[in-house]
Amino acid sequence: MKRIVFLSGKGGTGKTTLAAVLASRVEKLVVVDADVDAANLHLVFHPEIDETGVYRGSSVAVRDDEACTSCGACRDVCRFGAVGTMLEIDPLLCEGCGTCVTACPTDALRLVEGPSGEWYVGRAARRPMVGAELYPGEEVSGKLVSVIREKADEIAKRERLDRIAIDGSPGIGCPVIASTTGTQAAVLVTEPSRSGLHDLERILGVVRHFGVPAYLVLNKADLSEPLAEEVEAFARREGLPMLGRIPYDERVLDALRVGRSPADDPESPAGRAMNEAVERLLETIG
Amino acid sequence: MKIAVASGKGGTGKTLVAVNLACVLAPERSTALIDCDVEAPNDHLFVKPTLGEPVVVSKRIPVIDETRCVGCGACSEACEFGALALIGDRIMVFDELCHGCGRCGLVCPVDAIREADHPLGVVERGAAGEIAFGHGRLHIGEAMASPIIAELKKNAPERDRVILDAPPGTACSVITTLHGVDAVLLVTEPTPFGLHDLRAAVGVVRTLGLPAGIVINREGTGDRDVERFCEEEGLAVFLRIPFDRRIAETGAEARVLVDVIPEWRPRFVELAERVEELVR
Repeated sequence: MKRIVFLSGKGGTGKTTLAAVLASRVEKLVVVDADVDAANLHLVFHPEIDETGVYRGSSVAVRDDEACTSCGACRDVCRFGAVGTMLEIDPLLCEGCGTCVTACPTDALRLVEGPSGEWYVGRAARRPMVGAELYPGEEVSGKLVSVIREKADEIAKRERLDRIAIDGSPGIGCPVIASTTGTQAAVLVTEPSRSGLHDLERILGVVRHFGVPAYLVLNKADLSEPLAEEVEAFARREGLPMLGRIPYDERVLDALRVGRSPADDPESPAGRAMNEAVERLLETIG
Repeated sequence: MKIAVASGKGGTGKTLVAVNLACVLAPERSTALIDCDVEAPNDHLFVKPTLGEPVVVSKRIPVIDETRCVGCGACSEACEFGALALIGDRIMVFDELCHGCGRCGLVCPVDAIREADHPLGVVERGAAGEIAFGHGRLHIGEAMASPIIAELKKNAPERDRVILDAPPGTACSVITTLHGVDAVLLVTEPTPFGLHDLRAAVGVVRTLGLPAGIVINREGTGDRDVERFCEEEGLAVFLRIPFDRRIAETGAEARVLVDVIPEWRPRFVELAERVEELVR
């Protein structure tokens, strides 16, 4: 089984668009929207939902005011600044570690598990699709990504599908690591800008750190010719294979707005280039 | 006054707004620009600050003293993050899962747990002309960004205006950035993705009870859904930036828009005034 993750470091470079092009090109495939705190792939595919669930992965400390003697032991041990001057607990700062629970001499504190997000399993254009949305401010984005990736693996095995496409998050932290580990190819989508190049260097570091082969797509390539050349020079220096150079094209958004893959629009130069990039990826990884 | 620049979706133009806001404020008032996107920091590429020595930000991870450990498993039972495991009669520590809370040390009955620093990243501070500057970098392969953001904010320079450039999304690192700010500018774009993620970002600022204004970037596609959403939600649009190749090129080359195309300066001055009104 081949798991292909789309990453970028910098946001807004076109991860979701490229993931959508791959997903509509390959029939035997499971689609995973792993950008759990800004999930967008369902806006393209509009999956029919078969099953949903609430993920409970994080806890917060809750105080029993009657048992509390206001000794302040909780505040002394909390390393996250979640216990205030009046010993009030800020649920947004609380890490759910339970150190205060251990420290409390009168058993006035306990951890309460709360809902952190929702996942769904559905089907879009005959392909199984899995995704999730994290509730605002939750910490367990990485765990939620792992939950939906396990579901995708199960579905792929059950339905004998040999590919999983994972649309990842921007950045290089927790959810990105959870999306990257155990994949067989990482498609890094960048754009010709100083910021795009800077963040590409960082995400390439992460992908290589986890031993995943990386490939590059240069999106909106004609927005700056000098920077496009710099990105290509970087890719050559790093031995990062280039899958394609996609021109800036407003038709891409038009296609996404009506829930279509831009590659299905024969009039779209970007759509054609994306299709070629995906073909090259499939040839390379087999 | 602390003003955060945030967005749900990545790549909508947070850095563009934060950098230009800091640049128009700096000649008038003492200003700081703090780049809280420690996973993909980019503000420094635009304002080119002179930076001091990097300060390492660490978490405290447990180190087991094998001569004392009796293999009781109290620590692994207490750890909420699965960072300790009892294998046979020995404790294994998974550094990357540890949140550095110190609970294991507290529950150990034989005092067999010491702590060591595990570096997560660095914070760098300096100045770009009149602007006091700070940013952080999460180390490659590390998952936890929030402690670096918390460190950046804890020792942020005292200035009349502090602009915080937030990471994308709505998860914990965004909350760490928005905690204690006075107002938020939400940057979005008129696309279905932009609208969907703006909704989530508005949810976050409402949960935190923060006043917010909107900046719509890359306008001109004819998509009115974001405008309609803002009207329905009673959110004022403070600035509209059209899609324009000149602006895109300026951004690509990491140049400051109000310097390159001076007609943008008064618009950002007005943006600053409107955010300040939000706080008052």
